[in-house]
Amino acid sequence: MSSQPPIIVENLQGGYNGIPVIHGCNMEIAQGEIVVIMGGSGSGKSTFLKHLIGLKEPMQGDVKLFGQSLYQTSIYKRMDLLKGIGVAFQSGALMSSMTIAENVALPLREHTDLDEELIQVITRMKLDFVNLLGKDDLLPSELSGGMLKRAAVARAIALDPKLTFMDEPSAGLDPVIAAALDDLIIQLKESLGMSVVVVTHELESAFKIADRIVVLDRGYIIFSGTPDEIKKSDNTRIQNLINRVPEEEEFDAELYAQQLMGQ
Amino acid sequence: MSQITNRISQTGQSTLNAITAIGYASILIWDSILLLFMGKRVNQPVRFGLVIDEIINAGVKAVPVVALMSATIGVMLSIQGIHTLSIFGAETQVTFGLAISIPREFAPLITGILVAGRSGSQLTSRVGSMQLNGEIDALTVMGIAPARYVVAPSLIGLLVSLPVLVVIGNLAAFSAAGLYIHATLGIGPDAYWADILDVVTIDDFLHGIMKSFIFAILLAMIAISLGMRVYGGAEVLGKSTTKSVVTCIAAIIGADTIFALLL
Ligand SMILES: Nc1ncnc2c1ncn2[C@@H]1O[C@H](COP(=O)(O)OP(=O)(O)OP(=O)(O)O)[C@@H](O)[C@H]1O
Ligand SMILES: [Mg+2]
Repeated sequence: MSSQPPIIVENLQGGYNGIPVIHGCNMEIAQGEIVVIMGGSGSGKSTFLKHLIGLKEPMQGDVKLFGQSLYQTSIYKRMDLLKGIGVAFQSGALMSSMTIAENVALPLREHTDLDEELIQVITRMKLDFVNLLGKDDLLPSELSGGMLKRAAVARAIALDPKLTFMDEPSAGLDPVIAAALDDLIIQLKESLGMSVVVVTHELESAFKIADRIVVLDRGYIIFSGTPDEIKKSDNTRIQNLINRVPEEEEFDAELYAQQLMGQ
Repeated sequence: MSQITNRISQTGQSTLNAITAIGYASILIWDSILLLFMGKRVNQPVRFGLVIDEIINAGVKAVPVVALMSATIGVMLSIQGIHTLSIFGAETQVTFGLAISIPREFAPLITGILVAGRSGSQLTSRVGSMQLNGEIDALTVMGIAPARYVVAPSLIGLLVSLPVLVVIGNLAAFSAAGLYIHATLGIGPDAYWADILDVVTIDDFLHGIMKSFIFAILLAMIAISLGMRVYGGAEVLGKSTTKSVVTCIAAIIGADTIFALLL
């Protein structure tokens, strides 16, 4: 089982209310690899991520975690599989009624038989890892944005998953804190051998941490390669993305007029 | 013409919505009941500690208001009863009226409505803000089924609390009525309680308790499913909370009427 890749995405098609937003996506990630998923606004990154972490049934295709299908199985088997991954949500999504320490301890309390003392030691270790030791007893509402993201990371890695997902870890943070988070992600890989999937807008951060960059465009994976390869790519849409050139949609005067009229 | 078809399609749409909502709520409650009995087998055990929290929230904390309101209703019924019966000069028969109406109707109904006001709104706003904040998704991704972590404890909390509160309501209503009757008619406590116990049958009493179980299930179903279906923003949450209280009270009065007609 450990020889299985942490995640394989097979011909994934997904979307909302029967309308596909993600089209025929294939992706595989190796153990200890950091993959950054990039793409313009509305390209489908968040939707793709929801499919990867078991929150959304695909319309077609499948996602395999550690060789086991996430969706061709019962809901409780799926939940068992999900215990093997960690997810740090964009806004943290910490339990607002619990302290930071209780949040980090939650997966340990729910999924292990460890005694209370050990749980507290592990919790402090994880909080220390993200530099939040001493904030144990604060509520999520008492943390800053950057602290929230780090607390979310601490909870995500509480059970030492082999695969962790992070949604926009550095969005909205000041450059120093953002850089610290990047270092944290690299540390997860180097000292714990973790695979990390990061969704981000930040180019600089992507180039710094990524072993591989996957570019989503209008729901299609149009590129997958190393940071060097992406810089050399001659695809104009990719160049536009990494040079921050605004998309030039073909201008359809009639459609535009209709949209303005609200039709 | 088009107005008529519009009206018809709107009616059709809201009927469909209502059926979807009832279906969703039923599945939610059914799942949580299943997990209650076989949660261990699928690694989703319902935690005793959370159930206790809910019993305290929905039950223990509601004791003062239920006792006070039931006592008030007891006195009010006595005033009304004595007033009406005095027309026939049969004031002393008031205990019979009380003994028949309190355990079957007033105690369960007043308790149900009070708990709907307290726990119905509380549950919807709590679950709704968890949904908005991404906490429900986060639980799922951590492999903790919301049906067992959020729904089941609240359901059991209500199922345990409501019947006990009804018993308390009964006691409070009869005691307060007894004091009032003693003060106005001079019937002593011994004679009063003997009269009451003589007339109240175990059937009447159980009828009230039975109803309270149904009320508990209705409350949990409506309040939690409305919370789960909140999405958008804080304004929607507020609306759902209001809707929850109104729907819960309407459902309780409706169920009560059906009970009265059938049994
Ligand atoms: N809940 C939803 N219901 C219907 N359509 C949705 C929903 N969420 C997203 N979409 C649509 O799916 C497409 C992809 O959206 P998604 O949020 O995945 O993009 P994104 O790449 O995460 O964008 P951003 O970088 O702005 O967060 C968009 O066209 C969006 O309108
Ligand atoms: Mg997004």
